[in-house]
Amino acid sequence: MANLRLSKINKVFGSVHVVHDVDLEVLDGEFVVFVGPSGCGKSTLLRIIAGLEKATSGAIEIDGEVVNDVSAAERGLAMVFQSYALYPHMSVYQNMAFGLENNRMPRAQIDARVREAARMLRIEEYLGRKPKALSGGQRQRVAIGRAIVRKPRVFLLDEPLSNLDAELRVLMRAELAGLHARLGATMIYVTHDQVEAMTLADKIVVLRDGRVEQVGRPLDLYNHPANRFVAGFIGSPKMNFLPARLLRAGADGLTVEVAGLAPLTLPFDGAVLSPRQELTLGMRPTHVRHQADGEFAGTVEVSEQLGGESYLYCRVAGEHRVVIHAQGQSEVRRGDEIRMSFPPQHAYLFDAEGTALPRPGAARQTAPAAVDVAS
Amino acid sequence: MRRAIAFLTRRRGGRGWHPTDVLSYAYLVLGVVMMFGPVVWLVMCSFKTQAGLIEFPPSLLPYSQKQVVVEGYKEPLPLFEVKLPDGTTKPMAQVRRIGIISQMVDPANPGQTVRVRFEDRTPIRELSFAWENYTTPLAQFNFTRYLWNSVIVTSVATFITLIINSMAAYGLAKYEFRGRTSILIFIIGTLMIPISVIMVPVYLVVTQFGMVNSLWGVILPGAATPTGVFLLRQYMLTIPDELIDAARMDNASEWQIYWRLIVPLSLPAIAVLAIFSIMWRWNDFLWPLIILTRNEVYTLQVGLNAFQGELQVQWHFVLAMTVVTLLPITLVFAFLQKFITTGIASTGMK
Amino acid sequence: MESLLQLPWAIAMRALEYPMRGIQRLIGERRMPYVFVLPNLLIFGTFVVVPLFINFFYSVTGGTSLFPDQRPFVGAEQYGYLLDCEDYLKPFSCREDQFWRGIYNTITFVSFQVTAMVALSLLTAIVLNRRIAARGFFRSVFFYPVLLSPVVVALVWKWILQREGVLNAFLTALGGDGIVFLAEPQWAMFWAIFVSTWAHMGFYTLILLAGLQSIPRDLYEAAEMDGTSHWRTFRRITLPLLWPTMLVVLVLSLIKSVQTFDEVFVLTGGGPGTATQLIVQYIYSTAFATQVHNFGLAAAAAIVLGSVLLVLTLLQMRLGSGKDKD
Ligand SMILES: Nc1ncnc2c1ncn2[C@@H]1O[C@H](COP(=O)(O)OP(=O)(O)OP(=O)(O)O)[C@@H](O)[C@H]1O
Ligand SMILES: [Mg+2]
Repeated sequence: MANLRLSKINKVFGSVHVVHDVDLEVLDGEFVVFVGPSGCGKSTLLRIIAGLEKATSGAIEIDGEVVNDVSAAERGLAMVFQSYALYPHMSVYQNMAFGLENNRMPRAQIDARVREAARMLRIEEYLGRKPKALSGGQRQRVAIGRAIVRKPRVFLLDEPLSNLDAELRVLMRAELAGLHARLGATMIYVTHDQVEAMTLADKIVVLRDGRVEQVGRPLDLYNHPANRFVAGFIGSPKMNFLPARLLRAGADGLTVEVAGLAPLTLPFDGAVLSPRQELTLGMRPTHVRHQADGEFAGTVEVSEQLGGESYLYCRVAGEHRVVIHAQGQSEVRRGDEIRMSFPPQHAYLFDAEGTALPRPGAARQTAPAAVDVAS
Repeated sequence: MRRAIAFLTRRRGGRGWHPTDVLSYAYLVLGVVMMFGPVVWLVMCSFKTQAGLIEFPPSLLPYSQKQVVVEGYKEPLPLFEVKLPDGTTKPMAQVRRIGIISQMVDPANPGQTVRVRFEDRTPIRELSFAWENYTTPLAQFNFTRYLWNSVIVTSVATFITLIINSMAAYGLAKYEFRGRTSILIFIIGTLMIPISVIMVPVYLVVTQFGMVNSLWGVILPGAATPTGVFLLRQYMLTIPDELIDAARMDNASEWQIYWRLIVPLSLPAIAVLAIFSIMWRWNDFLWPLIILTRNEVYTLQVGLNAFQGELQVQWHFVLAMTVVTLLPITLVFAFLQKFITTGIASTGMK
Repeated sequence: MESLLQLPWAIAMRALEYPMRGIQRLIGERRMPYVFVLPNLLIFGTFVVVPLFINFFYSVTGGTSLFPDQRPFVGAEQYGYLLDCEDYLKPFSCREDQFWRGIYNTITFVSFQVTAMVALSLLTAIVLNRRIAARGFFRSVFFYPVLLSPVVVALVWKWILQREGVLNAFLTALGGDGIVFLAEPQWAMFWAIFVSTWAHMGFYTLILLAGLQSIPRDLYEAAEMDGTSHWRTFRRITLPLLWPTMLVVLVLSLIKSVQTFDEVFVLTGGGPGTATQLIVQYIYSTAFATQVHNFGLAAAAAIVLGSVLLVLTLLQMRLGSGKDKD
């Protein structure tokens, strides 16, 4: 098990700058998830850590030792690939044993390790089969097994679940979490699915265009996104964004106006802002209250009833789209006029660059947000 | 005309029996006769005795005159069906022939000879295979040596070609390195350069290495086939890079990746190249002809050509040795014909 | 059987494992591709690339020595000698009349052989593409001679064509006179063309058949639904879609045909006289099979041949890339 530190990592492919000045620290036993949209450089960063790709600049340290010039094989890491990359001409057993044989491990020890991993992953019956004769989920387990037998210092997983169907993905997600707990291993996991990130991670690294947008515990990212990008990326359904303008900054907070709506006063510290500045108001769908005495009116365009919960897609003041996520069922239909309110303590404000405005310290420990996520 | 057109345009999947089908099958049967006939004829003839070969008109099967050993005569005598004066026929052996009269003897009654007119007797023939056509040249004319040389050239050259071509193809398919593009361009550019264009300078190079009249001089010049590199590289490009990455993570050296991963996964293409190479090498003629001038290093093809070019062609031996030469390729084809034809159709090379 | 074939491989490969790991340590993973291409490149360089350049040297030097340092420089003399003709249409008026005979023979040979080959293999491919029983068998029958060595091919036919051969037996049985085929210039050329077509048409049949089979069936079904006549279907669907394959076959067979040597050499020895001596045989005998080894002249002729092949190859690459774009 190991610590990993990246400092000022850059990667340039020809003329394309793919990874920009990435700094990151991964602690022993941590489960770190890289999330970000497609093409943002997650895989590249992981491959740089693996040693499959050379960083253009910057240092990679494992347990305090700079490993930039150590080959992939000798870094003592293991990787699970998106396509599994199982050797098609070898049996499951041989697939798992291959790396150990290359390390000149005695036969008996190889056998013990392979069988142990197979038992752990419940693939013992398939040890003699070729990968072609396995289902997607079984292949996935073999790929993980191939990593486990190596007892690596760090597990690297590149979108390991993305080729599975939805149901299996949820199942394997839980198994991975269990595995991590059991092995206590350091894992770095790449995904573009924020649900996987939220459920698995000790620490999430949000990437965009090769830059780290924010690093933190899942709920910290959820509750205190550093910018509009992270706010939009973490949390499902996506946060509602409404263009707003600053009216005035006062002791009780900032008063902002969303076009066509009554002014709102929100508990933010806006000393540095200039009046009439363009802002963005953010409000998670769970936090929008659908209530008869709400201050804003909206027209329901789509009403999705899932039984236990409901989603209302509304248009407010004729131009803004707002999604409401409510518990239970509702009688609202398409075309209905409803009223809603935006609780100020759950609002987010972002400046023109997208950076989140700081909230006064008290707002940090708001209990309701945590409760909402848990439910 | 309309029929003929319909014949040209009909595809598999039409229904019913059509006159054009008859034409098709007629063509195909003619094809079988044309394509197999000459070879079958050669094989048949290779079993005929020297006397049987000059028989005119020739017979398809190798017949020869039956001979019997008759008491009191040292040599076996040829057996004839003789029409006796009383109208009956009887098999008799011929002792000698003087003009139109033959002196015959009844094998059952060796003491007494009879004189028979030439036209009253017909030879008794039996099917017999002249195996000595095969055994004699193999034993006396160095053909075993030629055969061995051909086997050595074919197997060693194929072995070398498969190894160095697949190594180069792997290097060119799965790595980025300086000079890769130039190498590729050169290889593709020389795909079509035959030995005939560079035979003089290659001969010089081979001479400088002292490989004239050595099998190495036959093996090495053609070992680095551009065709093979090209074929294997195209195939290896389809192997996912992630597999190689996975192997690197598994602490496999680049060489291990090559032979434990790339080679097994490219086996279909390597097999096609192996068959090409066997075919090229076994059938190779012009280059060995230039480089091999001493009888004991001849390959089969060169030996066969020398043998048939002699002043008095001993056809009975030439035919038998031709059969020996075509036999291995024919056997390979018989077992792998489906594989070979699809392999060649998909690569467009031979 | 299979494992027996694999055994020498496995031994060689495993034996190389240690040294290769050492080399990788030494030069680093990123330079390993050089190790992989090196053996092939060495042999390729020594026996193809370097000779290509030496060939030029030979063609501009004279004398009969094989060794470059003993060859005097003569400039374009060899080419001048080759090309010195009073009338290019009359080979005997040329100083090196053998060369020109070789060229004219080759032109005759190639034009008839390629035409016959393309026509016959197209016909055969079309027949084989029909709904016939035992298609695999018939395909193999036509393909079989492709695998035979040129020497064998030539001997098979030489045996049939010789004075007391089976063909003459037929002719006499039919009441005709026996012909000594390979002793008469016109017949010898005919049989040279015939035999080499016989030996190679199976290969082109295979390619054309693959081309035919790659034409989607639903096109024919659509045409049938439209009530298109057979002839129109052939003209408007089969031919245009097969055309790229036809072109490839045409150029490929052209390239191969120009290089013909083996089977004609064994069949006729270039004779009678020089009636069937093709250009490659000219190069071969000029350099190796005469009393005086005229390497310079042979090299010059080889360069002429090489240029023709180069043009054809470029043409083929053009066609090849055009085909990919479709
Ligand atoms: N070998 C390469 N050469 C050039 N550009 C590359 C190379 N590999 C990746 N890139 C580019 O780098 C960027 C990041 O790629 P990367 O594979 O890391 O994305 P990703 O975040 O993993 O995306 P995804 O979620 O789709 O897997 C992409 O724009 C890609 O086009
Ligand atoms: Mg990726």
